[in-house]
Amino acid sequence: MTEPLYRLEGITKDYGERQILQIDSLTIRRREALALVGPSGAGKSTLLRLLNFLETPTNGRIQFQGVSFSADQPLPLPLRRRVTTVFQRPFLLNRSVSANVRYGLRLRGRRVETQAVEAALEQVGLLALAYQPARTLSGGEAQRVALARALVIQPDVLLLDEPTANLDPQNVALIENIVATLNERRGTTLILVTHNIFQARRLAGRAAFMLDGRIVELSDSAAFFNNPRDPRTAAFVRGEMVY
Amino acid sequence: MAQAIELIAAGDPVLLAIVALSLRVSGAALLVSTLLGIPVGAFLGLSRFAGRPFLVTLIYTGMGFPPVVVGLFVYLLLSRSGPLAQVESVLIPALFTPGAMVLAQSIIAFPLVAGFTMSAVMGVDPQLALQVQALGATRWQTALTTLVEARSGVLVSVIAGFGGVISEVGAVMLVGGNIDGKTRVLTTAIVLETRKGNFDLAIALGVILLALTFLANGIMLRLQGQDAH
Repeated sequence: MTEPLYRLEGITKDYGERQILQIDSLTIRRREALALVGPSGAGKSTLLRLLNFLETPTNGRIQFQGVSFSADQPLPLPLRRRVTTVFQRPFLLNRSVSANVRYGLRLRGRRVETQAVEAALEQVGLLALAYQPARTLSGGEAQRVALARALVIQPDVLLLDEPTANLDPQNVALIENIVATLNERRGTTLILVTHNIFQARRLAGRAAFMLDGRIVELSDSAAFFNNPRDPRTAAFVRGEMVY
Repeated sequence: MAQAIELIAAGDPVLLAIVALSLRVSGAALLVSTLLGIPVGAFLGLSRFAGRPFLVTLIYTGMGFPPVVVGLFVYLLLSRSGPLAQVESVLIPALFTPGAMVLAQSIIAFPLVAGFTMSAVMGVDPQLALQVQALGATRWQTALTTLVEARSGVLVSVIAGFGGVISEVGAVMLVGGNIDGKTRVLTTAIVLETRKGNFDLAIALGVILLALTFLANGIMLRLQGQDAH
């Protein structure tokens, strides 16, 4: 049994009067690839922000590598830096491609190793564009730079928030291949938010269906996609509209 | 006009002294207002707190404040019966000195630098903060990165501050006194020489003032151009 990386207990997240998230209990294992699927507004991205410690839960606590994180207990910076996110819309700094990839290393005060930056760019197939201004890149290229920027810091956890939405099939395949390899070879834990059921099936070992801020069903991919227990999960997996 | 150009080309020592003092006074004022204005503008642009709307209103009011009123305010502060007259400090200059002119021009430039910096920082995509924090940035690193991303706008704020002080006449006239060889700068000299009917010198000074402003804007455009690549 792989040891737990995250333990969430009694988590709620409110924005004003509105409760966005309510998760009674969730354990995420080290080295696993977990997909969060569900309709828009289900709380998937909010959950990712909590897992990256970008927001605090209104109630409850998250244990990460055995250390607690809650509204009144921030996570130590070195631990927080073991996690990063690739967002749907890659925000690149107004600098060169190479400077964008170096950014995370500089934040950590590490001596920037050009080799590491180049290796990350090579991995996403953009080494030739290293010294181009980042903002001149296409959407697919920009997302690959965002991925290289995450890869170079070698996180324990890579959170992916619809990373391939609006990308062409070639870029989708390239990104999926990189993150799958990262998970299999380096053991990086992947938590993927996607609307694409097929992508979730391809990448994830476990999948969770979220609706109205709650996890309706969480199981291994085979069971989740082939024999879902909950009728709402079954409908979603069949491609029907679920609200 | 031809005589004015001759004066400039000949490197007239009086003219050069006036230009040098103008650059020294406005340069020092710009340095002070930049050192204070950029952090204040960045802070106001990045944070939300109870008194912020009031402070922002103050900054915006300061951006349109008539320089001559600032001059009057500084004059009253530093005058013999003013509240600062009895205080002995290197930070409090005497009236009719370049130091008093630097103080007045710093007060004029500060809200311009702070206000434009604030707008520049607020114009940065809010997604930036989330993205850089996700990469492990602390609050300070996030603020610094936002400021660097807003660098074109921050540069504009500095140039606006320079434009505001190099071309202003009312405040430096009041607190400097336009004393020959001591506090005479380009703008006050233009006023004086025009009144005396020395139009050649006045035009020569005007050309230099225009050239300095043009140069400052040219530098700004060049830096912004570099930024785009």
